[in-house]
Amino acid sequence: MNVFSVHDLNVYYSDFHAVRDVSVDVKEHEITAFIGPSGCGKSTVLRCFNRMNDLIETARVEGEIKYHGVDLYGGEVDPVQVRRHIGMVFQKPNPFPKSIYDNVAFGPRIAGFKGNLDELVESSLERAALWDEVKDILDQSAFALSGGQQQRLCIARAIATSPDVLLMDEPASALDPIATLRIEELMHELKGEYTIIIVTHNMQQAARVSDRTAFFNVSLNEQGQRTGQLVEFDETGLIFTNPKETATEDYITGRFG
Amino acid sequence: MATRSKMPTTSDLVKASISGKKTDFVGIAVAFILLLTVFVSLGILITLLADMLIKGWSVFADRGWDFISSPLSPDPEKAGLSQAIFGSLILMVFVVIVAFPLGVGAAIYLEEYAKDTRMTRFIVANMRNLAGVPSIVYGLLGFAVFVQLLSGITNGRTLISGGLTLAVLVLPIMMITASEALRAVPDALRQASYGVGATKWETIRHHVLPVATPAILTGSVLTVARAFGESAPLLLAGAVLSNFFSAPAGTGVVTLVTEGDYTALPIVVFNWARQPQKEFVAITAAGIVVLLVILLLVNGVAIYLRDRASRRAA
Amino acid sequence: MTTAALDLSGDPKRKRRERRVRILFQSAAVFSIVVSAAIVFSLIGRAIGFLLEIDLSQLWADGWFPRRGRFDLRTIVWHTLVVSAIAMVVATPLGLGASVYLSEYASPRARRVLKPILEVLAGIPSVVLGFFALKFITPNILTTFFPGTQQSNLLAAGIGVGILIIPLVASVSEDAMRAVPIALREASYGLGAQKWRTSLSVVFPAALSGIVASLILGLSRAIGETMVVAIAAGATGGSLLQVNPLNGGQTMTGAMASLAIGSDQVVGEAGTFDSLFFVGLLLFFMTLALNIFSERFVKRFRQRY
Repeated sequence: MNVFSVHDLNVYYSDFHAVRDVSVDVKEHEITAFIGPSGCGKSTVLRCFNRMNDLIETARVEGEIKYHGVDLYGGEVDPVQVRRHIGMVFQKPNPFPKSIYDNVAFGPRIAGFKGNLDELVESSLERAALWDEVKDILDQSAFALSGGQQQRLCIARAIATSPDVLLMDEPASALDPIATLRIEELMHELKGEYTIIIVTHNMQQAARVSDRTAFFNVSLNEQGQRTGQLVEFDETGLIFTNPKETATEDYITGRFG
Repeated sequence: MATRSKMPTTSDLVKASISGKKTDFVGIAVAFILLLTVFVSLGILITLLADMLIKGWSVFADRGWDFISSPLSPDPEKAGLSQAIFGSLILMVFVVIVAFPLGVGAAIYLEEYAKDTRMTRFIVANMRNLAGVPSIVYGLLGFAVFVQLLSGITNGRTLISGGLTLAVLVLPIMMITASEALRAVPDALRQASYGVGATKWETIRHHVLPVATPAILTGSVLTVARAFGESAPLLLAGAVLSNFFSAPAGTGVVTLVTEGDYTALPIVVFNWARQPQKEFVAITAAGIVVLLVILLLVNGVAIYLRDRASRRAA
Repeated sequence: MTTAALDLSGDPKRKRRERRVRILFQSAAVFSIVVSAAIVFSLIGRAIGFLLEIDLSQLWADGWFPRRGRFDLRTIVWHTLVVSAIAMVVATPLGLGASVYLSEYASPRARRVLKPILEVLAGIPSVVLGFFALKFITPNILTTFFPGTQQSNLLAAGIGVGILIIPLVASVSEDAMRAVPIALREASYGLGAQKWRTSLSVVFPAALSGIVASLILGLSRAIGETMVVAIAAGATGGSLLQVNPLNGGQTMTGAMASLAIGSDQVVGEAGTFDSLFFVGLLLFFMTLALNIFSERFVKRFRQRY
């Protein structure tokens, strides 16, 4: 079943055509990886899924993104409501300058959560594989944690609003190899409950964690401007062993990029 | 072998060329001149403070608290600051109540909400220019608008007119400092908040403002201190420039604010400074000492707030 | 999750609250425009009234004596220029020297001590410097060097105003110099330049637009400064055009202050009090032009790093 179906997506920043004609389907309870060289528009596309691009004044989105069949850019849709269904984890860990507990509890609180907040914080931290490390220091500042722990806290924070999709924008690029491994293990555990889309510049990471991979590349348009484009989208195994496009093969074998 | 050993080795040559033997006279002169400018500025400050203390000391020694608690009087031996301090305090209350919310609110709009339109750019440019308008021009505004046009509300030459004039005067500065404080909040924090489904106001209230508050408070306290020392606009906004005025006995604070004559600490200093009799020199200097002590305390609070905030952030 | 259960339209109550908060802040921002409009209108109306009340030849008369209907603009503008020029002569070397020292030479510890002291100097009210100029600078310094000095004089007022704007010049130009990237300094040191050469030939020119802007801002502040001249420059009531800065004279702001304190409010010739608004308008446009010029200057000449 498709969680997202994207059809002819184009994104502009003022006059700059950042992404051209992207069409892609994202399946439920799978991990979909977006890979490609820098400037290929993979993060831009990711930020269309929870309408984070709305926060950039000059950004303009054309085309169609259906989320469970609902047009995400339809007139009735409130971007704030979208983000409560579709959580996001950023490139650099960005916990709030508050306690560990308040970091996780903020999302449910503003959403008017009526149940037992302590339980929700505990279960979110457990799912983010952080509970055992922080259960005795919940009232301490989130900045006291290591980078890897902070990123898992950000994952717990995203989970706490009970979304059904997690968007991860290069979630491990600021972390050391051991912390990266923890995040990757965690993604495997999470995919039973969530649909995950991950942007990564690390091909091995895409190969290790994802079910499907979309390869984006930079191309020059008629005016000679750089524009991101989707080159190939397939099962991860096929992309890495038997790519159809030569550009994909060149990229994954390290001949450019 | 013997001749060769006399030749300098490579390391000798290197050593000779990198050990600076020439004294850099220009460098010393430049450093000296720069340091001199700093010391001259410091010297002026110290001279000023010392001069005021010397000239005004006899007032504190002879009269002590009486100087603070007495009302104005044509007799320099009896004149005191109570009415001036009362007026200045009430003026600051107006500044805080009016200029703080307006200034911070406008800054929040410009930094967090406004899109980059011509209107926004006009407001920002306008605000910067307002900050550069001489304070006496604000006095003309206060006279024309608050003393005359709105006299139905302000009762003319009252503390209300003076307070509103000072509030309008510091409004652009309040906006600029609050804007800078908001701009210093990292964008990653806003993104994180939007990412979990917070609205704009929830993001501002729960994340942006708590981080920006210490800087906003520091800036605001410094701004209030500036208003405290202002006198030129009050000359026009109704402050009484006289050696004596009285309020009917038994009048409450509210009546004093809405109906009574008023003055302020820097206005009294100005009035005393222009009196020809020699006896006024001492109380003028003593009044300046009181003014500076209050300003130093207020600025100290601001610097304390800033230090505490930066220590907590570290 | 089924399609039917998916509602992405958001809580209308929450949206209403968002809109209300936004409108609240927006009106605060728009209020600043109301203030400027109020300034301009309150000045222009009575300034024009003043021009209609008087005979225009009165603006080119013998001295500034509003009660006698003599509104010679040359007199007060010239005195303002004299006082501002003296102020800049004082503030430029002291302010710029302090800014180079603080930005390039001072150790972090020295900065931590000196910066707050500079802030204290910046926080001294202008009445205080007026009194200092009148009762210290004139009797203790000026009369020693220039025995003919009048008790109230333009020179002392200029020095007082100059002291007042030292911190402004210093802090704005220091900010400009600290904004010069470290890499530029390292490039200079890398070529074997000494500290003084790096500071004066690399950092100073790179920050020049900001430094010039600091001086223009200082000048603008000097022109609009009121209390120092009102106390120390004397000539309450009016003055003839003075060429000698050791004499007292009325500046634009000085003229405004003495009209404001009512010493001239006794009924005089037509337009006596309204001349205040005319001079105010003139002052408003002079400082506005300087402020806009300084901002343009920074924008036009800022080097891109």
